[in-house]
Amino acid sequence: MVAKLIPTPGQTVGPFFALGLDRPEWSDLTRNNPAGERIVIEGRVLDGDGAPVPDALLELWQANAAGRYDHIADKQADKKLDPNFLGYGRVATDAQGRFQIKTIKPGPVPGRGNALQAPHIGVAFFARGLLRQLYTRIYFADEPANAADPLLSAIDDDSARQSLIARRAEAGAYRFDIILQGDGETAFLDI
Amino acid sequence: MAETPPAYARPREGTQPPYLYPDYASTVKRAPTRPLIHFEHTLSEITGPTFASGWAGPAATDLTKQPNGEPLGERIIVTGRILDEDARPIPNTLVELWQCNAAGRYHHPVDQHDAPLDPNFTGAGQAVTDDEGRYRFVTIKPGAYPWRNSPNAWRPAHLHFGVFGGGFVTRLVTQMYFPGDPLLQYDPIYQSTADRDARERLIAAYDPNLSEPEWALGYEFDMVLRGRDATPFEAA
Repeated sequence: MVAKLIPTPGQTVGPFFALGLDRPEWSDLTRNNPAGERIVIEGRVLDGDGAPVPDALLELWQANAAGRYDHIADKQADKKLDPNFLGYGRVATDAQGRFQIKTIKPGPVPGRGNALQAPHIGVAFFARGLLRQLYTRIYFADEPANAADPLLSAIDDDSARQSLIARRAEAGAYRFDIILQGDGETAFLDI
Repeated sequence: MAETPPAYARPREGTQPPYLYPDYASTVKRAPTRPLIHFEHTLSEITGPTFASGWAGPAATDLTKQPNGEPLGERIIVTGRILDEDARPIPNTLVELWQCNAAGRYHHPVDQHDAPLDPNFTGAGQAVTDDEGRYRFVTIKPGAYPWRNSPNAWRPAHLHFGVFGGGFVTRLVTQMYFPGDPLLQYDPIYQSTADRDARERLIAAYDPNLSEPEWALGYEFDMVLRGRDATPFEAA
């Protein structure tokens, strides 16, 4: 048996990642006019002092409106790929720790076994002060399928579960804050 | 019943840095205080963006090619492969690079280090790996620079790299260091990974065969991403 290689450790993106990673156009996942319900997700990132985090980056990965990922491992032949939707996005926070994403609402996707997962967007979260990324998910408050979602159902703590659910704010936008520590601390995933 | 493709392996204890590492002061107010929620991989984790179609933009692999002249500094070639834990190459994946200039200053408004900007160096590049999982950049060796983590703290010279791999959970953002740098032993970001073998993956190897005579020094830097938990059956 051949020994496995040890994966390379993560190292922080640091304060100057915008130089290499900030691609403002990638915060609009609708830029190629995909099918589906257009949504806007807005939020803030706050640290353990409740101070805004101006040097954070969110990366997003989601299924298309039909609930299919644009990836070879997604073999759901009954759902169509959308040639205008890649499903990947990226947004950096501004000086006040705010971000805004434009996308389409993903469809539900299969979970393990017979489970169905409620519509959600995967988030990889990077910042100065994080030696490697954190992962979380964005769910949608007005989505009945949340009740049977395997991840949401597995979280006993109500505050932790609620931290994964974007709320409808004014003018139709969803609100999703990332709180790194303390009251309302975002639930992060060990995946 | 839907079949879930094999999950990605989880890192062995000590081979990745922790979130809370007080020697790196900025972790103290930013690391989560609650335990992470363990969750088995689904289609959402094992899929991720692919770059074969070139949507992420043209390659920019020579950071010394600038419109008005060459950057100052020691010219270097940095090349390597993106591999999984079974040493299988990962083709068609995006590799992003950013770095400071030879004097230790980033082309970024937040960087106020009292070192000169280089009008001929921006310090960002990108490549997509070839069929052997290989990337190659030409750039200049970045300088060390001070930071305010602790009195008289200096970051060792480093390149920042971002790589994707096959799934959302294989994403890696890391830093490459140079062999023999005396600052490594004092750097909490480098030291944050407890496992020595894992940590040393962050140091490039000088390779005289990669150096080009009269022109540039060559370094080899492979990056290893998480591999599959179980090896699926492969047809002969």
